[in-house]
Amino acid sequence: MRDRVWIVAGLLLFLAVITYPFWHGVEARATSQPPVLVLPAHEKECVAPISYMRTSHMKLLLDWRNSVVRNDQRKYVSYDGKVYDMSLTGTCMKCHEKKGFCDRCHEYAGVGTPYCWNCHVDPALAEVKRP
Amino acid sequence: MKFTRREFVELSGACLVALSGRKVLAVFTGAKESEAASTGEATSTKKRLGMLIDTKKCLRAQNCTKCIEACDQAHNIPVFQNPAHQIKWIWEEPFDDLFSPAETQYLEKDRKDVLTPVLCNQCDEPPCVRVCPTGATWKREADGIVMMDWHRCIGCRYCMAACPYGSRSFNWVDPRTGLKTLNPDFPTRTQGVVEKCTFCAERLDKGQLPACVEACPEKAMVFGDLNDPQSEIRQLLASSYALRRRPELGTGPNVYYLI
Ligand code: HEC
Ligand code: HEC
Ligand code: HEC
Repeated sequence: MRDRVWIVAGLLLFLAVITYPFWHGVEARATSQPPVLVLPAHEKECVAPISYMRTSHMKLLLDWRNSVVRNDQRKYVSYDGKVYDMSLTGTCMKCHEKKGFCDRCHEYAGVGTPYCWNCHVDPALAEVKRP
Repeated sequence: MKFTRREFVELSGACLVALSGRKVLAVFTGAKESEAASTGEATSTKKRLGMLIDTKKCLRAQNCTKCIEACDQAHNIPVFQNPAHQIKWIWEEPFDDLFSPAETQYLEKDRKDVLTPVLCNQCDEPPCVRVCPTGATWKREADGIVMMDWHRCIGCRYCMAACPYGSRSFNWVDPRTGLKTLNPDFPTRTQGVVEKCTFCAERLDKGQLPACVEACPEKAMVFGDLNDPQSEIRQLLASSYALRRRPELGTGPNVYYLI
């Protein structure tokens, strides 16, 4: 009977350890909800069907890049027949914003920030005159 | 059948000659192909873009740097005080340094020191392309522009060593730190890549002239297709004597200077 205090303390420690991930999540305010993306206000359609964009926008961007830089071909005809200029800043970022859209989803998915932004300009940044 | 050592050696020799004969044949026929390609006549349906800079007109507007400013603005070219860090697409050199000194030795001092615009010569046989290990720079078939793919450049700087005109610059520091404003129409570059003039390939696609040509108030720069005898640049070259920078190196520069 003298061990009771040790047993209870051990049980409590055990509970604390196995429920730690849960408390950590609560403390970090993590949720299972997907991020709330800021969608373009006046546009309904992306340059390709949304299911394709969700999974393969990086591939589309690389195709655009090769087409423009290596094949000198700058026009893209979308699935619904619209013609777009193949440009990351000039087309994607006309409709989407970097911070509330690209960055938010990439952060959620643990992708980080693609290095493209080292060179390609976020139009929101271009408006700020630098010293 | 008896096969002597002597016969064996003779037969081996004959085989070797036959094999090397094919190689020799390939060299000769191959050489013919590349000869046809480099004369330009065989490829006359293709464009060969070139530029002519009229130094007399340029001289009229001393201290004018409009062409350089227009290029800097169009391509987000940073300004750094340290000469080793400077990025140059179109820049100025004293007239004297452009051509070999023998041709200018009796010129007046003022005339020698006059600053003249220089840019990538978009060579016919670009040495930078030969040495690039990643294919990040290449000669466009259709119009002869020596293009850059900044996505592929690994910053090895072989091309800079190969270029006899100093037309290529390396980003030693983040170019964005040297920019006052960012032009969203053209990506900047990043630390660790090489860059150079591309005759404004992105503007040509939209049917515009290169930014420097458009900006020149004296109309001293003429841009056009050297393979088209009717083009303005060919007409001017037909009626006046023009120089190219160091053609003796065999690079086949496509930027001409009217003297
Ligand atoms: C070293 C700088 C650099 C990096 C890094 C970079 N780009 Fe580019 N990119 C350029 C330049 C310069 C052009 C040429 C623009 C032109 O010719 O109009 C270009 C052109 C493009 C184009 C076509 C034209 C345009 O204006 O958008 C696409 C699409 C593109 N890049 C996508 C990407 C993607 C995706 C990434 C990241 C995976 C990336 N780039 C990373 C410099 C860079
Ligand atoms: C004409 C405006 C427009 C252009 C240009 C555009 N988008 Fe979109 N994009 C949208 C709209 C609107 C949606 C939301 C569609 C929906 O909810 O059905 C969307 C959705 C997306 C999604 C999926 C978001 C999600 O909810 O999962 C991605 C990823 C995306 N776009 C990336 C891009 C990229 C990359 C480019 C450039 C190649 C681009 N978009 C160009 C309007 C555009
Ligand atoms: C719905 C979520 C979502 C949105 C919105 C989104 N992305 Fe992505 N993106 C991803 C995911 C997930 C990956 C990683 C895919 C992989 O690694 O296979 C990715 C990868 C990329 C890559 C490749 C990164 C690399 O390092 O190779 C680029 C480039 C990219 N996204 C550009 C964009 C741009 C530009 C936008 C905004 C117009 C955008 N993305 C919006 C989810 C998204």
